[in-house]
Amino acid sequence: MSEAKPIGGKVWSLPVLFFLAVVVLALFFLAQRFFYGLGAVTNMNDGYPWGIWIAYDVVIGTAFACGGYCMALLVYIFNKGEYHPLVRPALMASMFGYTLAGVSVIFDIGRYWQAYNIMIPAYMNFKSVLLEVALCIGTYVLVLWIEFAPTFLEKLKADRLAAKLNKVIFVFIALGVLLPTMHQSSLGTMMLAAGYKLSPFWWTSFLPLLFLLSALIMGYAVVIFESTVAALAFNRPLETRILGKLSEVMVWILGFVLVVRFQDLNARDLLPMVFGGGFKANMLVLENLCLLAAMMTLIYPANRKNPKLLFLSAIAIMLGGGLYRMNTYLVGFDPGNGFTYFPSVPEMVITFAIISVEIVAYVWFVKRLPVLHEIKQA
Amino acid sequence: MKIRRRDFLKGIASGGVLAVIGKPDLALATERQYQPGALGILYDATLCVGCQSCMVACKKANNMPMERTRAPGVWDDPVDLSSSTLNIIKKYQHGEGQVKDSVDGYSFVKRHCMHCVEPSCVSACPVSALTKDKENGIVGYNKERCIGCRYCQIACPFNIPKFQWDDPTPEIVKCQLCSHLVEKGGISACCEACPTGASLFGPVESLINEAKRRQQMVPGKYYDFPISDLSGRTSPEFKSRMAAKYVPEIYGEYEVGGTQVLHMAGVPFNKLGFPDLPHESYASISDGIQYAIYKGMVYPIVVLGGLIYMVNKREGGDKEE
Ligand code: SF4
Ligand code: SF4
Ligand code: SF4
Repeated sequence: MSEAKPIGGKVWSLPVLFFLAVVVLALFFLAQRFFYGLGAVTNMNDGYPWGIWIAYDVVIGTAFACGGYCMALLVYIFNKGEYHPLVRPALMASMFGYTLAGVSVIFDIGRYWQAYNIMIPAYMNFKSVLLEVALCIGTYVLVLWIEFAPTFLEKLKADRLAAKLNKVIFVFIALGVLLPTMHQSSLGTMMLAAGYKLSPFWWTSFLPLLFLLSALIMGYAVVIFESTVAALAFNRPLETRILGKLSEVMVWILGFVLVVRFQDLNARDLLPMVFGGGFKANMLVLENLCLLAAMMTLIYPANRKNPKLLFLSAIAIMLGGGLYRMNTYLVGFDPGNGFTYFPSVPEMVITFAIISVEIVAYVWFVKRLPVLHEIKQA
Repeated sequence: MKIRRRDFLKGIASGGVLAVIGKPDLALATERQYQPGALGILYDATLCVGCQSCMVACKKANNMPMERTRAPGVWDDPVDLSSSTLNIIKKYQHGEGQVKDSVDGYSFVKRHCMHCVEPSCVSACPVSALTKDKENGIVGYNKERCIGCRYCQIACPFNIPKFQWDDPTPEIVKCQLCSHLVEKGGISACCEACPTGASLFGPVESLINEAKRRQQMVPGKYYDFPISDLSGRTSPEFKSRMAAKYVPEIYGEYEVGGTQVLHMAGVPFNKLGFPDLPHESYASISDGIQYAIYKGMVYPIVVLGGLIYMVNKREGGDKEE
């Protein structure tokens, strides 16, 4: 039934070796973290208890990993079957993104050996937004692996098992749409608890909605980004036609995001402050300029047929969405009392290592497993 | 850049986020509600002489290590609360700082956990490692449950919970109102040690009454001030002292829904490093939104049902093709 094929070829290229070197360095810092505590390798402190491992690896990382969610939404819920070729690679990127976000949480939490407490019903605090996020992301990682399982099964030629899984997979696809909707919005709700410590530019009752929307736009942007890079890296034809159609969907969502964002700032009389300068205000403007630029580009049908502009808009959206989330979790957060935070080198190396693992795993998977759509010889 | 509740509600009203799912119960009780058995501390900066006896007693009672921050030496000299310091006396000073308890002079200030009525840290903690005692309202910590996620640190409006950054098996550290002593019928070590009555232990209602009594005092006249304890757990003791001029608020009476630790001072609280806070807890705001969306998991389950139906239809169609 599948028209996807492994693309084959060598896995051990020079860039792959470079990424592995980053991973080795990160392992060295991680050893320090586990022997001497978080303070030994990170710049986090009692004022900034969350650094880039949460803000980037989890909060931004999972949004970048929303490609699978976005494609499932289009294909299965809005019944747009023409996007089907994009589902598998997107699902795979999501699977890696979410899995590694889960792994990096284990590096980040102090008492990781008790992490299973999250699953003990007697301990669960249902008032905690973090509980909902943790359980939801945990379940979603499982769901993603199950959703992706047919790809492994095809490779292993386990047809009987594949047929069985195929009968129930719709439940997992449905969960794969519900769970990200829940936890992506809750990632926004989470920062409501910060109260006055989060600048009113970002602290708003719209946090859940804005986080959900930003997950959507970032997910679509990543699909475009990833498909373009894959085409260039593996010498495959660009999927411009289908990506162009996809970006039409995005124009609407982008417009909606910007309206909600500025309407909310306006309702709270913050617009004069937004354009009044200052670091935080400029970061806010920058974040929205990226989105606006992408929207203004994609609004013209001609631009949507131009692979370069499509790609650039995707990058602008990833940047804008990423900045929005970074601003909400770090830039806009000020606990007072003179605390400051900027990630340490080891912190950054570990984050780069996580990205590296994702890239290497991606390359290995598309070369060995039926992920990418087969090229039709027309 | 302060956020007021009004602004927040304006945000809610102006938007449609919750229109679809119904407005959460944001009509929060503005009346603080202390539990009947709530215990707390009243710290009166005007009585404090800055001897730091409470800090020493606190370290002893809670087995906390010494801290050497500024100069090497034998002294414990923390500069702020940390994972080895649950309680600190700091000094506010303006200019020459001659006159005690005046804005242009100086004042002491004591910082530790406020034991909030609606503690954000407790709401935040995913594994109920932080809990509010049902009887006395003390906010305690259980390391066997804690996963070290540090969301409590993000959530606490007073930056109280501290984390052991340099420990491979770190814990969250904060004042637990000496619950281990209170359990055995004792009082908190800091109040026990305080020679002037600046740190006063007792039932919150009595502490508030005492604070109100002090606010009525005529500055410059002499009054009796209770020492250490208003709970009757220890034998009562009083000292006569001249009343100072207080700022009119009792900090903690209404902040974030009320706190069981209350502060009085002669210098405005924002000068002493206390944040200006709304009368509702931030926790109750995010709780409200979460609650509206996830009430009994009804919406998620209904949505999941719909999704399963749609996906199944679509996948079924695929198979027939
Ligand atoms: S002051 Fe902070 S740590 Fe203490 S009870 Fe309140 S929220 Fe929790
Ligand atoms: S660090 Fe521990 S006490 Fe604090 S919220 Fe996380 S699990 Fe709870
Ligand atoms: S109540 Fe106990 S733990 Fe809290 S500050 Fe006082 S002595 Fe320290």
